[in-house]
Amino acid sequence: MNAAVSAGSAVLWRVASFAIAAGVVAVWQMIANARLVSPVFLPGPDRAWTALVRGLTEGDLVAKIVGTLEHMAFGWLSASIVGVALGALIGSSPRIRPYVTPTLEFLRPLPVSALIPVAIAFFGLSQAMALSVIGFGAMWPMLLATVHGFAAVEPRLYEVARSLHLSRAEVIFKIGLPSASPDILAGMRLSVTVALILSVVCEILAGLDGLGHWILLSARAFRSADLFAGVILLGVIGYLTSLVVAYAERRLLVWRASGH
Amino acid sequence: VISSDTWKGLALPVALIVIGEIAGRMANLTDIDSLAPPSAIIAAFVEAVADGSILKTTRDTLVTAFTGLAVGGSIGLLIGIVLGVLPTADRLMEVTIESIRPIPSIAILPIALIALGFGYRLEIAIISFACMWPLLILTRAAVRGVEPRLMEVSRALRLTPGARVTKIVIPAALPRIFVAFRLAAGIALIVSVTVEIAINPLGLGHAIMTAQQALRPDLMLAYLVWLGIVGWALNAALLFAQQRLFGRAAVVEETR
Repeated sequence: MNAAVSAGSAVLWRVASFAIAAGVVAVWQMIANARLVSPVFLPGPDRAWTALVRGLTEGDLVAKIVGTLEHMAFGWLSASIVGVALGALIGSSPRIRPYVTPTLEFLRPLPVSALIPVAIAFFGLSQAMALSVIGFGAMWPMLLATVHGFAAVEPRLYEVARSLHLSRAEVIFKIGLPSASPDILAGMRLSVTVALILSVVCEILAGLDGLGHWILLSARAFRSADLFAGVILLGVIGYLTSLVVAYAERRLLVWRASGH
Repeated sequence: VISSDTWKGLALPVALIVIGEIAGRMANLTDIDSLAPPSAIIAAFVEAVADGSILKTTRDTLVTAFTGLAVGGSIGLLIGIVLGVLPTADRLMEVTIESIRPIPSIAILPIALIALGFGYRLEIAIISFACMWPLLILTRAAVRGVEPRLMEVSRALRLTPGARVTKIVIPAALPRIFVAFRLAAGIALIVSVTVEIAINPLGLGHAIMTAQQALRPDLMLAYLVWLGIVGWALNAALLFAQQRLFGRAAVVEETR
């Protein structure tokens, strides 16, 4: 009974919260209609919506979405594999760790986007440049999280592994990865966001097919409705990708919550 | 006395520098425009220090980063406190906030560009947007996490809502708010450099980009190393301040 009441009130709160959001959109519409802000900068939600629908049905917005998702996915997947593998190697060896972690910690606050010029010097304004930057940038949070996760494994587990004469690979797969999985998944969540941002930046810089290029071109041509359509889509991509990773995180970590 | 761990930590960078120097001397790098030996990087760094360009670009980047942090951080702090103190407002604003928050800050760039044009304001606007979120989210959580008994005391003392916030809530939540501020400072530096590299003609990011376009890999890498040092020093200084101001309190809060 009580649960039903609280579930009912949760729905009500949700409805009220959506109503507020609708009110914000209505205010936006009124500001645009009253031309309080020049329509060159601020299209009304009606114009942004029309541009979005037109771009998706007639224009090439779908191709741009696919372009951005491809950049993200390739960069993020390669980053996940390399980041976790390198992190496992470094983190599982107490001998290597003191040599490598200070350098990693020093590099941690370096803005990854600063490596874009270096990548341009190597690969030119190309797809390879974009993928190397996105991959490297997205690898970083994962590498640091994996090293941290492995270093934080209960030391007695490593002792048990030694007394069982487990090989290095067995230690990594049977002890390290399961214990470090919360850290690794948290790193993956962070690196999805990094991959999205770097994809947009690389598309803006190198003119690669994607939403970053779309919003820049729309801005240059002062097509603010198209620009807002692109920004809305980037918000949706940001929301959905983090939702998927958060869901995967919950599913994959169920065994921990259930106390095994 | 330097501990053995410090020596081990220095071994990798020193080895990389030595290998880079030897490889750079052996291979003729003059006709490659993407790499330079460490000695040339140091020479380029000295040159950039001498003509004042590194000082000016560093100042531009840091001033925009901190202005954006101050503007966006205060907005986030304010909204975070309001939403933390008033759960009703928080639940009502949830959909609105959660639909704006996932927009990547760099996507704001073209909008800010047509509204503000190139320059400091463009960069400050984007940094503010980026820095607002960590402060909003973490302040809200910090305010909600204030010991309930403190709130009971404030009710018993019949404090006004304003006094409750300034005398009880903010002091109690301050260690966690400072952690949010430190994270946002890192984000501010990242966003400012990213905006400079993408489009805005000022600061360290633009300097790296120009050096690349001028086919000066030595200068490009000098700026890159310098940016690494700036980022590291900023982070270290804020960590130090956090430890001095809040001691263990902030560290414990962060790992929670």
